[in-house]
Amino acid sequence: MDLYQELIIEHAKRPHRAGLRAPFDAEVHHVNPTCGDEVTLRVARDGDVLSDISYDSLGCSISVASGSMLADLLTGENLDTARTTFAAVRSMLTSKGADPGDEEVIGDAIALAGVAKYPARVKCALLSWMALADALAKTGVNLSEESHV
Amino acid sequence: MTVPAPALAAFSDQELARIRADFPILSRTVRDGKPLVYLDSGATSQKPYAVLDAERGWYTELNAAPHRGAHALSEEGTEAYEGARATIAGFIGARADEIVFTKNATEAINAVAYAFSNSAAGGGGGAGERFRIGPGDEIVVTQMEHHANLIPWQELSARTGASLKWLEVTDDGRLDLSRVREVITERTKVVAFVHASNVLGTINPVDAIVARARKVGALVVLDACQSVPHLPIDVADLGVDLLAFSGHKMLGPMGIGVLWGRREVLDAMPVFLTGGSMIETVTMERATYAPAPQKFEAGVPNAAQAIGLAAACNYLTNLGMDRVSAHEHALTGILLDGLRERPWTRLIGPDSLENRGGAVSFVVNGVHAHDVGQILDEHGVAVRVGHHCAWPLHRRFKAAATTRASLAPYNTPEEMTAFFAALDTVPGIFGIEV
Ligand SMILES: Cc1ncc(COP(=O)(O)O)c(C=O)c1O
Repeated sequence: MDLYQELIIEHAKRPHRAGLRAPFDAEVHHVNPTCGDEVTLRVARDGDVLSDISYDSLGCSISVASGSMLADLLTGENLDTARTTFAAVRSMLTSKGADPGDEEVIGDAIALAGVAKYPARVKCALLSWMALADALAKTGVNLSEESHV
Repeated sequence: MTVPAPALAAFSDQELARIRADFPILSRTVRDGKPLVYLDSGATSQKPYAVLDAERGWYTELNAAPHRGAHALSEEGTEAYEGARATIAGFIGARADEIVFTKNATEAINAVAYAFSNSAAGGGGGAGERFRIGPGDEIVVTQMEHHANLIPWQELSARTGASLKWLEVTDDGRLDLSRVREVITERTKVVAFVHASNVLGTINPVDAIVARARKVGALVVLDACQSVPHLPIDVADLGVDLLAFSGHKMLGPMGIGVLWGRREVLDAMPVFLTGGSMIETVTMERATYAPAPQKFEAGVPNAAQAIGLAAACNYLTNLGMDRVSAHEHALTGILLDGLRERPWTRLIGPDSLENRGGAVSFVVNGVHAHDVGQILDEHGVAVRVGHHCAWPLHRRFKAAATTRASLAPYNTPEEMTAFFAALDTVPGIFGIEV
């Protein structure tokens, strides 16, 4: 089936940058109440740059892989890139398949494109992304704000 | 109560073909033309034509507000609605006036929990004494409860200051009764527990708990959601005070459930929802209430659904509840055997057919239940994944989520084969050693 791309299985088995690290500026804990998936996510900022994103996640392959991809994509990037990437991933995941995703922008997360066709799984794929948005909000940054292109 | 291994036969191929023909949805396909293998009846069962026709018949022939009006339709509708009550009562060995219609088991349990706090607030009158609860009193549940039979009691505890205690679950998924005397004590006002677990499949020893509760004078509330659809039930044999179940899990419609209570318990029980249809007299200052069950049925009821549920009871009675139970027992055996042959799975619940219903939950080691469910779904096999509204129980077994297959009379041995064939594709996809 097209949902379980090799990349998803790889990220899920060996999630990148996993584990909780200090120092950090904000920590959040998000759960998906329908299935019990959980993620604790920390973000450290150095001005405009996301200097570290660390996490501990317990969940299905989709939610773990998505968190791993997020950490890969955004660690060391600036807020503008984070906003663009967040918007692109969210758009792809919530498009019911209409937005195929742009690999240039979202890298490995393109492997999650198939999730959009399974409404019950979209929440799994978005869990870490919503946690990151929430963590950044705690540091005074709105991730879903339109980035100026 | 112990449930002996049934001596009766499972449904034959011919019988199953006839039964399945009664359920239109079972012939549809899913996910690009795959036959539907529905193993999620524990969440909600499918409905036979007899139930659909009965509901439709209400609207095409009888629709009027029951108990409100003297015209022909209202009279016939009232008779049909009360007839449904009598049929459902007969199905569980009860009197018709002991059947309270609710929207589901959740509402039925909440009605009881609120009766306790209404009584504590002085709303019960003298008769409500048995429902009076407050600081120093205790409420007892178990670690294997569905949230529907846990959270209402947590809330009752929070509202009244009574404390909440529970019986724990053993490693093999049985209730641990070794501490029953410490848990159910002279302070216990109510013991609420599940008859058949929706996760473990365990059928709990009602007798032992009722005996202890009687000794200390506590009311006993039984969550029979997963037993009434699958076992012959006689409320007189069970000996509990109140019992709740949902129509939609027993081939009936959504939107109808039942609270059964022994007559004198319902008479004493304070009301929860108030309004029209439940009164005797009303002035601007106060009201007196109709006798049970009417006093618990405020508002125009779900009459069509009640009639649909009566049709479901008749359907099950025609199949024979002992045959239904024998059939599901045989299929449960196939599921347990199959999981035992697959050491890469871990069963959560008793690995024995003794006192066991047809909810079979398991973990595939190293693969999240969501992923297992997704792969099964791709093969047309519908199972439930997650914590099945029993989160504390899943914590107890250190499982974030499980995959659950659950049975109904229309399931076949071939479907068990299809289920395992789909399950066997899981390890390869996730690189698990088998
Ligand atoms: C054991 C048990 N109790 C209570 C419930 C609640 O039933 P309902 O959601 O129909 O009120 C269910 C079903 O979800 C159940 O399986």
